[in-house]
Amino acid sequence: MDNGLTRVLRQLGAQFSSRIWRLGYASRFFLAIMLHSGTSLRRIHLTIREVYFTGVLSLIIILVSGLFVGMVLGLQGYDTLARYGSTEALGVLVALSLVRELGPVVSALLFASRAGSAITAEIGMMKATEQLSAMEMMAVDPIARVVAPRFWGGVISMPLLAALFSAMGVFGGYLVGVQLIGVDEGSFWSQMQASVDFREDVLNGVIKSFVFGIIVSWVAVFEGYDAEPTAEGVSGATTRTVVTSSLAILAADFILTAFMFTGT
Amino acid sequence: MSRTTLDLWVGFFVAVGLGALLFLALKVGNLASSSSGETYTISAEFDNIGGLKVRGAVKSAGVVVGRVTNIQLDSQSFNAVVTLNIDARYKFPRDTFVTINTSGLLGEQYIGFKAGGDPETWKPGALIKKTQSAVVLEELISKFMFNKAAEDDGKK
Repeated sequence: MDNGLTRVLRQLGAQFSSRIWRLGYASRFFLAIMLHSGTSLRRIHLTIREVYFTGVLSLIIILVSGLFVGMVLGLQGYDTLARYGSTEALGVLVALSLVRELGPVVSALLFASRAGSAITAEIGMMKATEQLSAMEMMAVDPIARVVAPRFWGGVISMPLLAALFSAMGVFGGYLVGVQLIGVDEGSFWSQMQASVDFREDVLNGVIKSFVFGIIVSWVAVFEGYDAEPTAEGVSGATTRTVVTSSLAILAADFILTAFMFTGT
Repeated sequence: MSRTTLDLWVGFFVAVGLGALLFLALKVGNLASSSSGETYTISAEFDNIGGLKVRGAVKSAGVVVGRVTNIQLDSQSFNAVVTLNIDARYKFPRDTFVTINTSGLLGEQYIGFKAGGDPETWKPGALIKKTQSAVVLEELISKFMFNKAAEDDGKK
């Protein structure tokens, strides 16, 4: 019975079930983070320190990319809208695409590669150098002391970074559209305000970025904690963090968009 | 890095982030204008509302006085019933004429009020039937073409 076909099938089955096993492990890990979050909130300074490393240090990349994405949107949007003679709608185009989609999604992708990979590498190295085991020996729970603060630091930083990205992008669109090309400033802002709804657009964007923050932080701490305790294992885990969280962000974005922005 | 510097940076980050959110809410979004004060509701019946959308503006003499909150089809008369939220500061005479206008050639459609002279004003919840429907471009063109065709027939 041990012919080629059964071997292929067995390999396929093993891969499939190991994926599912990992997903289950990740879910139990998520539950463990939730159960041990009390410490990171009681000793808030642990979390504040992580907000510094994930949020404050990501500021430059988020602000600069936001500005450039907004400026490109201004140029491209103007070019397209000019064909229909409705360049006054440039503000609407820039603001809606940033607040609804680009702000949360692009900043989450940047966040995954800037902060998520750093979290994974840090926790992975701690595991490789047996710092996590040493903590356990001293009766310090590594999930409460190391993992949960990093998770919450990421979840807190992400919506703020996305809001900064969108605001910077609108400013970039304003710079290119109004200052450089010369779209009327009044209609740029007034049409924007007339069609961007706070609850429908801005708040839904914030909810999106919050969900992305949970996804990126979860994937990052899990991959770090689950990394093989070798140099190779840590590098592989860091790569997996970026790939997995980017794919998860895009998939979650589609699902959230389908729920939020369809209908009326 | 010392604890105070760290706190300072995180505080700065959180403040800037919340500031960006405030900017999005007030300057980009419509939070400043949407929830200002009390409103009352009236509805208006149209033969055809064209491309009017929920959240569209209600303007009188060009000034925004309210928003479209709901659009429904009356199953008896097959007319569109549009519910409007009007700013309570503005009272309109009972014979005010309600029209659907378009801002610019391709712009979005909005409801226009042309105030009449009646001393009595609309009661909240009133149903207005004195309306003028949206101009549908295809109807206009076909009317023109049929008229033209009829004229040409007459000449022969």
